Amino acid sequence: MGARTAILAEGLEKRFGQTEALRGLDLAAEEGTVLGVLGPNGAGKTTAVRILATLLQPDAGHAEVAGLDVVRNADQLRSRIGLAGQYAAVDELLTGRENLEMFGQLYHIPGAAARRRAAELLERFDLADAANRVVKTYSGGMRRRLDLAGSLIVSPPVLFLDEPTTGLDPRGRTEMWDVIANLVADGTTVLLTTQYLEEADLLANQIAVVDHGRVIARGTSDELKAQVGGERLEVTVARGSDLDAAARALSPYASSDLRVDSMHRRVIVPVTEGARLLAAVVRDLDVAGVQLDDLALRRPTLDDVFLTLTGHAAEETPADESTPASRGGRNERVPA
Amino acid sequence: MSAIAIPRATKPEVAPHSGLYWALADALVLAKRRLIQIPRIPDELIFATIQPVMFVVLFRYVFGGAITGAGPNYANYLMAGIFVQTVIFGATTTGVGLAQDLEKGLIDRFRSLPMAKSAVLTGRTIADLVRNLFVVIVMLLVGLIVGFRPSGSPLAWLAAVGLILLVSFAFSWISAVIGLLVHSVEAAQSAGFVWLFPLTFASSAFVPVATMPTWLRGFAEHQPVSVFVDSVRALLLGQPIGSTGWQALAWGLGILAIFIPLSVWMYGRRVGR
Repeated sequence: MGARTAILAEGLEKRFGQTEALRGLDLAAEEGTVLGVLGPNGAGKTTAVRILATLLQPDAGHAEVAGLDVVRNADQLRSRIGLAGQYAAVDELLTGRENLEMFGQLYHIPGAAARRRAAELLERFDLADAANRVVKTYSGGMRRRLDLAGSLIVSPPVLFLDEPTTGLDPRGRTEMWDVIANLVADGTTVLLTTQYLEEADLLANQIAVVDHGRVIARGTSDELKAQVGGERLEVTVARGSDLDAAARALSPYASSDLRVDSMHRRVIVPVTEGARLLAAVVRDLDVAGVQLDDLALRRPTLDDVFLTLTGHAAEETPADESTPASRGGRNERVPA
Repeated sequence: MSAIAIPRATKPEVAPHSGLYWALADALVLAKRRLIQIPRIPDELIFATIQPVMFVVLFRYVFGGAITGAGPNYANYLMAGIFVQTVIFGATTTGVGLAQDLEKGLIDRFRSLPMAKSAVLTGRTIADLVRNLFVVIVMLLVGLIVGFRPSGSPLAWLAAVGLILLVSFAFSWISAVIGLLVHSVEAAQSAGFVWLFPLTFASSAFVPVATMPTWLRGFAEHQPVSVFVDSVRALLLGQPIGSTGWQALAWGLGILAIFIPLSVWMYGRRVGR
């Protein structure tokens, strides 16, 4: 993993009329890693991608991609980046092959080489059979793969994927994840925006949580989850009368106060390094004669993270106007 | 599709060429794209061919008998008007197509590529010029069937075709500006058309302007469509052209001189927000 920075954005600001789309956005991604930009609709994700991909000029701030300034060196930069988005930007009236050959020629690759490259990509993206069909007849997943293939014609070192799986069915989504994972394994730096928390969790090395045009938290998936609180051991006992015994047996493991939920016959124990404790926990419960219905180690999801950081769920459009700064990044609602 | 490896591109062999070379090469790539599309849009083919044929039949056989002062062979009078009207109506597809591209996000893909920006506009106007040439040829055949008997010299014919193509190209760029101005495909369609009806019908395209009331005649005589039609008609029929030919040329080039830079500027503003 290279230590060089492939994507760097500092203090990006962009305003559309009355709307402040970006208010001082900072991002950084090292070469060969995936940066997940996570946020609800209207958080400024797409605006940030459009600036980094040279489609839009920032009002203030500065950004470099692959060592090139996105404003001053825009022309040079365009042959080193790929962009694929939520609106598959392919021509519906052309065939898959015609689309890729056209993009190749517009990258100024000579005709024969452009044809070869198109055939190669169609093959690898499982589109060879549909290559000579008009794109209008493609499924959503196929269009998205073709769109991604179109952004890979010159094997760009940096790839921007703006909500690449929005609107895809679960199968299409899994296929897209495979492709992205492969690209990264091959050394491509990827900036991925998404509303899907599991997508960022699965693919991204680093995650930046964006809300109201700013990054409100950043870190690995684990680090973000740790901000919300650690793991919880959830023990469900078979008989309600065993709850006290279970609580006594579990209290040595609790990193803070454990909670007994008698309605669900459940003991909830905040733990650290829960996985290592599991064997001992099971043994102790057995010794105490507690019969189990269920035992689960639950880690907070990124949904919990988002809710804790922003005060609203990830998929909901933000309505309140309090500034992200005032809401703060360190919310200690859940005791660690 | 698991465990697929995406092959790296072999070093792109980008040939060193001037900016102008690439501006033209990229325009031709996009013109080709547009020409591939046309046969795949049934509506467009019908619009391009059947509609002008209907106009020929309508004017030649329905109104033709009632039109006076157009000379002994109305088909000869009519065809110049049909050619000019056909390319002017056909040129509206430039703006509609641009509006479609803007709506679909394809323009973003183009802008993220290292291609000439101007090609999005020039590619489309060049393609629509080719499309209009094809339609004019179809119209010519229809004209010959309904009794069109041109008598101009081959050189005059060539000049007439050149002028028709100039009109086509000029109106494509006007249409491009309209397509960039409006914010939906439907608006591009109606805004592109509505002003063309008075312009083409209150002209010498189908009837001699002398038959119009005085208040209309002043406009009809001097507006550009009449100037184009009169010139094309004179060239096709081997009649004296006078200064109309130069006026037509000036109108065509004048429209291009204004609307090419205007649409390039508007394109930059529209996409670079």
